[in-house]
Amino acid sequence: MISLILSGVFNGLSVASILLLISIGLAITFGLMDVINMAHGQFIMIGAYVAYMCGNVAATLFGSSGAGNAFVVALPASFFIAAAIGWLLERGLIRFLYKRPLDTLLATWGVGLIFQQAAKNIFGAPNVNVRVPGWLGGTLQLGTLLALSYARLFILGLAIVALLGVYAYLFRTSRGRLVRAVMQDRSMADCLGVRTERVDAFTFALGTGLAGLAGAALCLLGPVGPFIGIDYIVQAFMVVVLGGVGQLIGTVGAATAIGGLSSVFNLVYSVSIGEVIVFAAVIAFLQLRPAGFVRGRART
Amino acid sequence: MASAAGRSRLGAASRYLAVAVLLVVMITVVPGLLDSFRLNLLGKYLCYALVALGLDLAWGYAGLLSLGQSVFFGLGAYAFGMYLKLESAHGKLPDFMGWSGLTALPGYWRPFADPLFALLIALVLPAAFAAAFAYLLSRSRVGGVYFAIITQALAFIATTLFVGQQPFTGGTNGLTDFATIFGQPLKDPSVQVALYRATVIALAICCALGMWLARSRFGRLLVAMRDDEQRLRFSGYNPALLKAAVFGVAGGMAGLAGALYVPQVGIVNPDALGIILGINMVIWVAVGGRGTLWGAVLGALVVNGAQSAISEQFPDIWQYGIGLLFVLAVVYPGGLAGAVQSLQGKARRHTLAVAPPPSNLPEMEPRSVEVAQV
Repeated sequence: MISLILSGVFNGLSVASILLLISIGLAITFGLMDVINMAHGQFIMIGAYVAYMCGNVAATLFGSSGAGNAFVVALPASFFIAAAIGWLLERGLIRFLYKRPLDTLLATWGVGLIFQQAAKNIFGAPNVNVRVPGWLGGTLQLGTLLALSYARLFILGLAIVALLGVYAYLFRTSRGRLVRAVMQDRSMADCLGVRTERVDAFTFALGTGLAGLAGAALCLLGPVGPFIGIDYIVQAFMVVVLGGVGQLIGTVGAATAIGGLSSVFNLVYSVSIGEVIVFAAVIAFLQLRPAGFVRGRART
Repeated sequence: MASAAGRSRLGAASRYLAVAVLLVVMITVVPGLLDSFRLNLLGKYLCYALVALGLDLAWGYAGLLSLGQSVFFGLGAYAFGMYLKLESAHGKLPDFMGWSGLTALPGYWRPFADPLFALLIALVLPAAFAAAFAYLLSRSRVGGVYFAIITQALAFIATTLFVGQQPFTGGTNGLTDFATIFGQPLKDPSVQVALYRATVIALAICCALGMWLARSRFGRLLVAMRDDEQRLRFSGYNPALLKAAVFGVAGGMAGLAGALYVPQVGIVNPDALGIILGINMVIWVAVGGRGTLWGAVLGALVVNGAQSAISEQFPDIWQYGIGLLFVLAVVYPGGLAGAVQSLQGKARRHTLAVAPPPSNLPEMEPRSVEVAQV
């Protein structure tokens, strides 16, 4: 019984960390920039395929035995490649759509479809297995009560690192201060000489880069394919909406709440009923607090 | 002035005549021209056009973007599919229930043996659900992009639920293997022609209803709400009720479309409720032109026609094409209807361009709305 509860708690934390990892980038583009990036899921996919490529390149160069260790390189690589593509997307399309959130939603969905089809043409429709380090394969045995998978522990750690990194960047660096200044009062920041266009592009790139990082991390959990983005986009948006826009701490709370609730309900009921209950709970909560956990701004 | 009014009244009369002729041609001539495969496809697109019509009322007029219109479409489709499944089972347990280990028909399935009940549910359930959903969200002032995101989540959840409840919904396979409708074999060409005609008539009635709503005081209120909800609220109206009403109408149209879709396509599975179909429905309206009902109908027909024509031979290219359509829909918010109107814009003054709100507000794309001739 205790072992069941403990593993349930760990499972909830693990789901919460995955949700946090996939939604933290979205919280930045949505919460700070008011851009509805429906291609966020496809940036997760891009990160996953970068990890796949890293593993394959390492296998050709150094043989397949230790190629999984290329994952260490894949994490930063997926971040930077996804960020670079995000930067191009912002310069080429998004910047014309600021202040039109519904239009960013439609346009980015279209871009996501194009990315998805491109991935299908390049890598094929079936899911691929990404080479992951052998030392992340096992489980950490805590007495007889609890067995924790290293992969899930790693993702938990990575989510915390990503969160702290974003927090430190926004609140402890001068560039982060510029980001907050532009998001709070664009015209004033502009008057004071901040190059707001550059900040916009950079912030969007940060959000998509974090999606790429999440994509690489998801490779630890199973095979990835061109449609991985669709699987995660809805959940990521629910986390951000429930958390309340503009505040990272709300995102953390929402990820924990949704992760915890769904692992409880999935245990008690079936998975599908569990997800329905969680969704109903989110709607009910928005009845009480329309702005989510943390009130950032009005939502009309 | 008098002669101008006379001319426009004449123009309106000739337009009504054109629509009536088109309707008669669609019902009498077209079934003879197309082979049964093409006619079946056209019937399917007309069902989609019916969904687009409702969605345009909600999005184009009331500014309520739903990415989950597929849910209401799917509910209608499942409701009528339940009738078809029961009739095909001839009083026995439907096959998939037996495979999933059920021994008796669940109680709520039983009344669906009556086709009229199934049709009524296909219409009323999505309408009531849509109205309640929109009311609950709007009451707590969840609007704009949040409404869109939550409707998408609704589609995601509905798919998960219907896949997961295999004993009651047929799971991933959905409901299929229908044999008869009203005792007639479903595959029979004359039955398919009758279903096609029923779809044309349903679409025509709903178009008339939509036009009437759009031109009525209710339609003006919807546009007012879209352009400045606060101001409407301060004027003493309740936006939540307006949104519930228009979303209920849109949901009912989607449900009816689903009920007409199932017998023509012969299957309904959880994809009919899903987020992909849901957002594709938005692109039909966007391509046709939001805020003009005939544009939405045209958009659904054109996009789906193009999809069939292109994806039969080059499925990959179509995927890029539809991605591009989403981007183009943002660049040209007027859509096809906007293009047509700007071509004839200077010659005719039947349309009143609703001025775009100041550029510092969200959703500033210009839209035009047909208004009643005074």
